[in-house]
Amino acid sequence: MYDPRLAWMLVAPVLLLLIFFLLLPIAVMLVYTFFTFVTAGVESATVTLANWHEFLTDGYYHGFLLKTLRVGGMTAIICGILGYFPAYFIWATTFKHKWLLLLLLIVPFWISFTIRTFSWIHILGEQGLINVTLLKLGLIQEPLQMLYTEGAVIMGLLHFLLPYMILNVYVSLESIDRTLISAARSMGCTSAQAFREVTLPLSLPGLAAGLMLCFVLAAGSYVTPQLLGSGRDALFGNLIYDTIMGQLNWPMGATLSIVLFMVLGCFAAVYTRYMSMSQIVKGLGG
Amino acid sequence: MKISTTKRLERLQERHANGDISRRTFLTLTAAAATTAGLNMPWMGRALAATTDVRFDGWGGVVQEAIDKYAFQPYTAKTGNKVVQGTFGDENEIITKIKTSKPGDFQVIHSSGVNYYIKYVNAGATSELNEANIPNLANVLQPMIEPFRKLTPKLSAVPYDYGTTGLAYNTTVISPEEAKEKGAAMLADKKYAGKIGGYADMTTRVWYAALDTGQDPNNIQDMDAVWAKVRETRDLAKKFWSSGAELMDLLSKGEIVVTDAWSGRVAALQQQGHPIGYLDPSGSYAWMEDMLVLKGSPMAECEELLNFMLDPATSIAVAEGQNYPPSLDPTKVKLTEKIEKLPAFDPTGQMKALTFADPIYWADNEDAWQKQWDRISKGA
Repeated sequence: MYDPRLAWMLVAPVLLLLIFFLLLPIAVMLVYTFFTFVTAGVESATVTLANWHEFLTDGYYHGFLLKTLRVGGMTAIICGILGYFPAYFIWATTFKHKWLLLLLLIVPFWISFTIRTFSWIHILGEQGLINVTLLKLGLIQEPLQMLYTEGAVIMGLLHFLLPYMILNVYVSLESIDRTLISAARSMGCTSAQAFREVTLPLSLPGLAAGLMLCFVLAAGSYVTPQLLGSGRDALFGNLIYDTIMGQLNWPMGATLSIVLFMVLGCFAAVYTRYMSMSQIVKGLGG
Repeated sequence: MKISTTKRLERLQERHANGDISRRTFLTLTAAAATTAGLNMPWMGRALAATTDVRFDGWGGVVQEAIDKYAFQPYTAKTGNKVVQGTFGDENEIITKIKTSKPGDFQVIHSSGVNYYIKYVNAGATSELNEANIPNLANVLQPMIEPFRKLTPKLSAVPYDYGTTGLAYNTTVISPEEAKEKGAAMLADKKYAGKIGGYADMTTRVWYAALDTGQDPNNIQDMDAVWAKVRETRDLAKKFWSSGAELMDLLSKGEIVVTDAWSGRVAALQQQGHPIGYLDPSGSYAWMEDMLVLKGSPMAECEELLNFMLDPATSIAVAEGQNYPPSLDPTKVKLTEKIEKLPAFDPTGQMKALTFADPIYWADNEDAWQKQWDRISKGA
């Protein structure tokens, strides 16, 4: 017999975790947005709308917010294009030790994210691998400016996010009943048609989930633009960092944090509604 | 010395970038660290630090390595007290951490002089040192102590070293004569567009822009001209660096040929044989660093540590290791030839040849200038 108390008891630990480690900190941040900044590192509890007024009326913040969404979107789309094929290969291969291929996807996570990002400096820099090779081959006369550009930032984000995309798509592909593809082939489909009509549509939930995950992580990133970009290539996360850690202005920093949280939250809500939540969950969970 | 795995790996990368270790050694150690990472549980660090010993936070890199080697390790050997160490990349970062922690979680900070001292005072984070427990304070330069005492008659910090942020240039591209003739104007010289660097720090940028516009950095009259000059340098610069390791990397790899630079880091590059010249133009930015004891710290242990650090033998060894002159008065303590040759060294003990930032003037303008600099650095 169904006992609602048992259900609540089972769900209580997770609820408490969510309340204390997610909702409560966000609520504290929200309260901070109404505090008054006095001087670096000092604020008072005098209630003010000055921080929200500054955000809403200052185009500087709007420009960076739009740029962050653009870079996040571009990164997610490129991740989707680049990530689908490795995922499909891992799924389709008849290689006996498929686990080894999946392990290779996880190997980069064994190394510090900061060091992985730093490695791009030795690849894209003026004295980096690409420039030195091109110069020695005589293909260029002057080193190419690749580092400290938006392209370098997107490259670093791709390096960081591609495994997430591949794993999402792979999980989605794994859930496809392979007899459907056989059926399509037996009914006259070519391999390409079977892929287009059966495999691709059925793997879209994983792709959609991967796109959302990559977009949210890219839009919220801070370290990659800090290390691989110039000041102009900063994202909204860098503005938050500067405000909290540089200006020591916590009320404004909290305001910017809540803005980013709301924008990404709204995006995720709208996205899941149009993509159908059940498909996303299916993609994430296989 | 106890630091996080991430910091260890970052430091390893920094040493590789500095040329201190070979690529093979770097990769071997990184792989070893990666292999053992799975064994490192989050509670281990807390357990290791959960002692009554002194907690120290500094700038990391070669500077902190010198302090650890020549001060902390001998101190531990002598007293049995350990120094648990942490690092930060920017002092505002540690101020943020202090703000969110309990008194006593952070204890001794390698702080950036009077400009930052004010921030700790405003935040109510300073302590009161018992100077009777630090007899070696008598050897410290009085001109370095006075600014601190003006802010808090009872000191919370002891000055420890000083240096300048002068101009570093690649001698294969820029001659010493050209550097001397152009001075601060080199940072906005179109001839070196795309090869200019600079410290990503508001004070340094405003200071050098003030010099380049012919103004006194401690009494700027035309701030618009200063911001225009900051923008000019920004548009010509390849990169504004944010750590000593990054500065050394950019200069040694030839990515930039001129930048404002920390004197000690340039001295380290010169000792490694890189063709890097250093010039302190008129009004060059001088700064001092101090050992700051925070409220809630075990005062007796901290004072004992500070006294040990200010001992002439210790202080001289650290100074030689980190390439910055010590706060010891050269008229009272015999310093070594190596220290006397360090950039920014003042043999008179009067500090009159060095231009320090006026802490009150800069504190009054810091909030607005920091905000404006953050915007300009991002293209505004």
